[in-house]
Amino acid sequence: MYPDNFRYTKEHEWVLVEGDTGTIGITDHAQQELGDIVYVDLPKVGVHVELGKSLGSVESVKAVSDIYAPLSGEVTEINKLLADAPEKLNQDPHGEAWLVKIHLSAPAEIQSLMSADEYVAYIGAEK
Amino acid sequence: MVDFGGWDMPVQYTGIIDEHHAVRRAVGIFDVSHMGEIEIHGPEAARLADFVTTNAVHNLKTGQARYSGLLYSHGGFVDDILVHKVAGDHYFLCVNASNQEKDFEHIRSLNRFDARVDFAGGRYAQLAVQGPKARDTVQKLTPVDLAAIRYYWFTDGEVCAAPARIAHTGYTGEDGFEIYVAPADAGRIWNEVLKAGAEFGIKPCGLGARNTLRLEAGMALYGHEIDASTSPLEAGLDWIVKFDKGEFVGREALLRQKEKGPTRQLAGFEMRGRGIGRDGYEVLVNGSPAGWVTSGSPSPTLNKNIGFCYLPAEQARPGKAIQIMIRNQPVDAVTVETPFYKRAK
Repeated sequence: MYPDNFRYTKEHEWVLVEGDTGTIGITDHAQQELGDIVYVDLPKVGVHVELGKSLGSVESVKAVSDIYAPLSGEVTEINKLLADAPEKLNQDPHGEAWLVKIHLSAPAEIQSLMSADEYVAYIGAEK
Repeated sequence: MVDFGGWDMPVQYTGIIDEHHAVRRAVGIFDVSHMGEIEIHGPEAARLADFVTTNAVHNLKTGQARYSGLLYSHGGFVDDILVHKVAGDHYFLCVNASNQEKDFEHIRSLNRFDARVDFAGGRYAQLAVQGPKARDTVQKLTPVDLAAIRYYWFTDGEVCAAPARIAHTGYTGEDGFEIYVAPADAGRIWNEVLKAGAEFGIKPCGLGARNTLRLEAGMALYGHEIDASTSPLEAGLDWIVKFDKGEFVGREALLRQKEKGPTRQLAGFEMRGRGIGRDGYEVLVNGSPAGWVTSGSPSPTLNKNIGFCYLPAEQARPGKAIQIMIRNQPVDAVTVETPFYKRAK
């Protein structure tokens, strides 16, 4: 369920680092907790996002939740699919429904994130 | 699961939208056992019930239920409730879970009649079966002829061979029944209802769908549209206030408010711009702060974003352009007639 090559945050974001690019999304656990997602608000390309700071929001039928940047960097691409099909985030949160790609400004920050095993243990303990 | 007034309640089972559609199109079942019950017995039970509530109790027929308000003397809501006449000397009140102790103390403190007030929350579980197939579903489980129970009437009978109070009431804007049973029987009846409704595609429904359904139907939720600081006249609930029935708690304050006209009024709205106006968000009229949102949500049936807000009374008519501050951005909306959704009869 939770890919081994991703790293995870306590706020339920994931990041896949390839070279100096990080692809960011929210976890399957997050989409389950949120329920039916109706809006996804993402930053503009070129915006600098910082580890732990809000980079946008996800709105479900019942509530709005911030998305926090798992790593710092400059936004290079946003997933345009989500503007018209936010429900994809419920269907494929680890794949097709990634949120943004960033150019990492501090790659060493990845040390602060959890592995898949650690994340699974974390959400297990949270329940 | 979320904590709801001390009860562990599921917000959703299969998903709010999925559950919502099941109720509009077929049937859904809600465990609303958290709702409170208060019983009033005695020769002057009706006099006490009439004194503490806004709608008329004296002309209820046995087996009839009525939506009503429980008010403070200043005219604000203690709670909104359903009053059922079980017998001339016995009234059964269904009240909101988080208000039940407060309601009980309130009614008891006003009891200067020959009547006894009992806190009965622990004696009843409540299952709400709602939707166009609700009657077909429940009818399989009871010898009571459900078609003979008129809307907002109830019958004491049996469901799954257990004693049950079957009320033709609901909080979804669909046809349906609210069934009061002993807690020990509730689990079994829940499972039997799910089996009986399987052929119609019944879904168990949580608090999330309960909220979207009641909002579309234009029904108030305590703590949102109504609370201790709002009156029935402000909330558009004039119809539950019977000034001509004689003295009742809150009557003087409401009469004064009625003479002057309430300064603010509840209004329904639809979003025009992108976003959802949610509880507590500020409402602007002509660019200036004018009110606040009490409830807001996507409407799965109408495919729009809808909600309620309080506005100055003169601004609260339908068709008024307003803006709602959504995360520091003003977003266009317009006031509309409510209910947002009305079932075809």
